[in-house]
Amino acid sequence: MSGERMIVSGGTIVDPATAVPRPGDVVIDGDRIAGIAPPGSVSSEGRVLDATGMLVLPGLVDMHVHLREPGQEYKETIATGAQAAVAGGVTSVACMANTNPVNDSGAVTRFILEQAASAGLARVYPVGALSLGLEGRQLAEFGEMRRAGIVAVSDDGRPVMDAGLMRRALEYARMFDLLVIAHEEDCGLAGGGVMNEGVIAVGLGLRGVPAAAEEVMVARDIALAELTGGRLHIAHLSTRGAVDLVRAAKARGVVVSAEATPHHLFLTDDAVADYDTNAKMAPPLRSRADVDAVRAGLADGTIDAIASDHAPHHRDEKDVEFEHAANGVVGLETILGLGLRLVSEGVCDLATFVLRASTAPARLLGIPAGTLAPGALADLVVVDPKRRWTVDPTTFRSKSRNTPFGGWDLAGKAVTVLVGGRVVHTDTAANPALRVAS
Amino acid sequence: MAFTRRHLTGLRGLTAEEIATILDQAASFKELSERVIKKAPTLRGKTVVNLFYENSTRTRTSFEIAAKRLSADTINIAASSSSVGKGETLVDTARNLEAMRPDVIVVRHPSSGAAHLVARHVSCAVINAGDGCHEHPTQALLDLLTIRERRGEVRGLTVAIVGDLLHSRVGRSNLHALLTLGARVRLVGPPTLVPREFAALGAELHHDLPSGVRGADVIMMLRIQRERQGTNLFPSIEEYSQYFCLTEEAVRLADPHVIILHPGPMNRGVEIATSVADGPYSVIMDQVTNGVALRMALLCLLAARSRADAATDADAGVEIERGVARA
Repeated sequence: MSGERMIVSGGTIVDPATAVPRPGDVVIDGDRIAGIAPPGSVSSEGRVLDATGMLVLPGLVDMHVHLREPGQEYKETIATGAQAAVAGGVTSVACMANTNPVNDSGAVTRFILEQAASAGLARVYPVGALSLGLEGRQLAEFGEMRRAGIVAVSDDGRPVMDAGLMRRALEYARMFDLLVIAHEEDCGLAGGGVMNEGVIAVGLGLRGVPAAAEEVMVARDIALAELTGGRLHIAHLSTRGAVDLVRAAKARGVVVSAEATPHHLFLTDDAVADYDTNAKMAPPLRSRADVDAVRAGLADGTIDAIASDHAPHHRDEKDVEFEHAANGVVGLETILGLGLRLVSEGVCDLATFVLRASTAPARLLGIPAGTLAPGALADLVVVDPKRRWTVDPTTFRSKSRNTPFGGWDLAGKAVTVLVGGRVVHTDTAANPALRVAS
Repeated sequence: MAFTRRHLTGLRGLTAEEIATILDQAASFKELSERVIKKAPTLRGKTVVNLFYENSTRTRTSFEIAAKRLSADTINIAASSSSVGKGETLVDTARNLEAMRPDVIVVRHPSSGAAHLVARHVSCAVINAGDGCHEHPTQALLDLLTIRERRGEVRGLTVAIVGDLLHSRVGRSNLHALLTLGARVRLVGPPTLVPREFAALGAELHHDLPSGVRGADVIMMLRIQRERQGTNLFPSIEEYSQYFCLTEEAVRLADPHVIILHPGPMNRGVEIATSVADGPYSVIMDQVTNGVALRMALLCLLAARSRADAATDADAGVEIERGVARA
């Protein structure tokens, strides 16, 4: 299909799927990438997006978000979540099933896809429930949901405590090549804890969740992945021990992947001091040693993906006693800036960041994204790497404001975002010189 | 004046000087309670709200008597008789009370951090009367007042705190303040109730009672809550008692001049033998008496600063001095 031609010219292209970062012009034909040309070598017919001095990345793929619709539209809708996504440079998201009703049927999956289509911004890929109602008892109909459009299954937020059920899920999911995403937290060990177990929790008089609560489940599920050959993906890895377990499993050839969140890559349980409920999430913020281990895992590939675990909550659900506050933080609008900060702090190089935040999650989910190769969907983000900005939750497109990063000074922002060759977000304030010329 | 904070949500972070200021002020108020007319005009025109989300006899009564002896108006709100049952949030309740212009809100709540939350949303002074498993600063301050009276300087004393430290707000407040004042603090109990993290806060951990109390100048017993049974933190109250009940035999291991404290309410025969609770080294009733003086001191220090512009602040300061002088 030949559509309107557009050239994103003069930027530095970072596409780990094809090559090292290099200057070039991205030629877009309709909704797809036609090719990459040496800078200035193609005629500037049609629309030209001047990306001089900018980075041009494949749109980010956030494989772990909560869009809250259906059922909790006061926190977020698919439309507002999609707006937040593109404003943050994220062009594809995988949304978790803990909606109301739960996404455990083709009907709910189709509803989500229809809402996403009418929003027309980021691409939304639903994750189906692993068990009916997320109740951990009976497998949901993977096949029906797969036909409707799910890309993975998960009871995210509700750890699958029944090892037998997890085994069957991993086994059965193979029939549909579905990724099984696991929130690893042993409920007995978590024991109603509300933050990391450690000195901070003891000082605050808050019940702690030990690192072992995550590690015993990671160990269990790695054994089950070995048993079944199913594709296990561990959500939001947060402890040193869990990183070690995944590293060792990968070394012996187990099919296992893992993701980490920006908050687990930057923050420790110190952030909870003074009972800041924006630092409350599951798994909780851990110790400095854990943060360092998660960073090392991200750098060496033990951790495949960066995902935000975008979890919008209304202010009323956070402005309460810490133990009663909702778990989770929003993250779509900060994942890019924080990711670039990982690069500037030397945790990984730019190409590795793009690999973790776009290419790898796209491959894990089996979705068409994560590259600027010819023929690929023209989902890309133009980033001004020098643009300094301060995280101001009041400016978020998300309906919710629950971030622990408010006030952080970051460098690098999405200034133009394309989905399917269409400009879905521009931040003209960032760089008035950047324009779409015809 | 060495105490200029707006709220008292905990003792962690307070300086030795700040603690001494409160204790000195409290000592000066003790005499008032021994008079025939137990009243001073210090807080006349001030309003103290006791907002209690947990049952309390001792603490609530102590705050109420303290406020009344200083001529403040007091209002007691018990969670069961307030709008809490209708689902109002703590923040909304606090804001509504704030709108009635109290000078001090004394809050007790089952959630750790509740007093911080209230303090963030009101402009009047907030006193934490116990929040979950976090802190109970006035209890620890009255304990310190009692220790200071009986043993002189706190610096250099060895204090053993025995019991369920994991869940104890009294234990935490005492730990912080005792360490700040230079005491040596031993925490005594089973590892399930005295987790290792306390060592990082500066305490010595003991998992057997004899070693924990040996040579101690002060033994502070904590209440063991029966509802902890069934959580597998210990097998049974009976077994707990066999290992950690403070008996006369155990007391004999301590310093000959040991004093024994308990914040109440006591489970006689469970964490403390009746003969010990009522023994000559027990200062448990002194603690209760000191609680009133301590809370008077704190109300004075905080109410004087509450909602005051510079002019009235100065007036209140004068009034405090006058009140103290009369007391």
